Amino acid sequence: MIYIVNYGLGNLNSIRNIVKKIGGESKIIDEPGELSDAKKLILPGIGAFDHGMRFLNERGWIDELNKTVLEKKIPVLGICLGMQLMCRGSEEGVLPGLGWFDADVKRFQLPANSPFKIPHMGWNAVQVKKDNPLIEKKEEEQRFYFVHSYHAVCNNPQDELLTAVHGYEFTAAIHHENRYATQFHPEKSHRFGMDLLKHFIAI
Amino acid sequence: MLKHRVIPCLLLRNGGLVKTTRFADPKYVGDPINAIRIFNDKEVDELMVLDITASKEKKEPNYTLIEQFASECFMPLSYGGGIKTMEQAQRLFNSGIEKICLQTAVLNDLSLVNNLSAKWGSSSILVSIDVKRNWLGQPKLYAAATGKSPGIKWTDFMLEAVKAGAGEIILNAVDRDGTMKGMDVELIKEAAKILSVPLVAVGGAGSLADIKAAVDAGASAVSAGAFFVFQGPHRAVLITYPKYNELVQLLG
Repeated sequence: MIYIVNYGLGNLNSIRNIVKKIGGESKIIDEPGELSDAKKLILPGIGAFDHGMRFLNERGWIDELNKTVLEKKIPVLGICLGMQLMCRGSEEGVLPGLGWFDADVKRFQLPANSPFKIPHMGWNAVQVKKDNPLIEKKEEEQRFYFVHSYHAVCNNPQDELLTAVHGYEFTAAIHHENRYATQFHPEKSHRFGMDLLKHFIAI
Repeated sequence: MLKHRVIPCLLLRNGGLVKTTRFADPKYVGDPINAIRIFNDKEVDELMVLDITASKEKKEPNYTLIEQFASECFMPLSYGGGIKTMEQAQRLFNSGIEKICLQTAVLNDLSLVNNLSAKWGSSSILVSIDVKRNWLGQPKLYAAATGKSPGIKWTDFMLEAVKAGAGEIILNAVDRDGTMKGMDVELIKEAAKILSVPLVAVGGAGSLADIKAAVDAGASAVSAGAFFVFQGPHRAVLITYPKYNELVQLLG
């Protein structure tokens, strides 16, 4: 059973739909107290960084989340803004992030005449940077759906799980211990996302 | 790797799918859920659903139906039609919509774009701009709900929309809609030249070459309706979508 954290921002139904499609079970949790018996978590999110942190703060999620993820080491998957909130902070906002990754979130820096637009919106192929339980290295192109203007920069290269190229190579997914996070939306990435989530369920 | 999205655009009218020609003569093309299932199986890049009567008839979005769409879509889904408030947007996002598309409510006042993008991030907020050429061939902004020209320069409105927080612009050439006779490449060029955000070009695609021409003109993505739902000179309804490798070869 995957618990999907509902702190007010995010496309919870899309995640529920795909987990159901691949034969998994999920539950949307609305109160931090419900984390006490969590076995696996997804932290979704779309929108602005400070907005997300403010919602987590105001609704009392932070202590319970830290306990669940950092002390009990429950596997967690952050998606999109969820991933960014798991970093130390973001150029998009002023509030500190959860700090679960030694990484900072920066805005895409592209020259004014770049043919690449911001937000980076669309499908992109990823490169697998290390062996991991979430996604295998394959000959076949593995592509995912991205929508973002900011991306994580890992201070520890060991944490870098996937990269993609949009003007330059950037971090598309991070992994540290029990924490996994993707900048892209696996729930909106057809069979590629289904495979990734199946692997997350199997962890 | 495919760098440009190709997006089927489905028009909703009283719960059924239709396809218009030059924004008129809606022809019934079938049940939306069935169509969405087929497009999902074909692994389309993205899907756009526009309710063409919601604003005109001052109706709410059909949330029940939209939620059903979202549950069949394992790719991004955008919805437009009848959105006027933050609460409606919230409900749509909760139903599983990734992006919402605005036009009627923001033609005179872009503050809704400001408010929505501040909360949901600009990449979730699209502004749709319909442009119709007058008898001199000059492109004019067109209000789909009233059929009138609001009297603002279309390029000015487009840039204002981006400034207000639109993360993507849907540019629809009204005169090409449903014709499958080629896209308005000049219009696309003019928009792409001044836009910093992704541009989705719509209207007139009838072949892969048309899609390529729009991308070459600067579109980040191309959307089409008739091309994906009609087959042959008699416009028989048949849902198709090019194979991924075909698109990579074409646009890669």
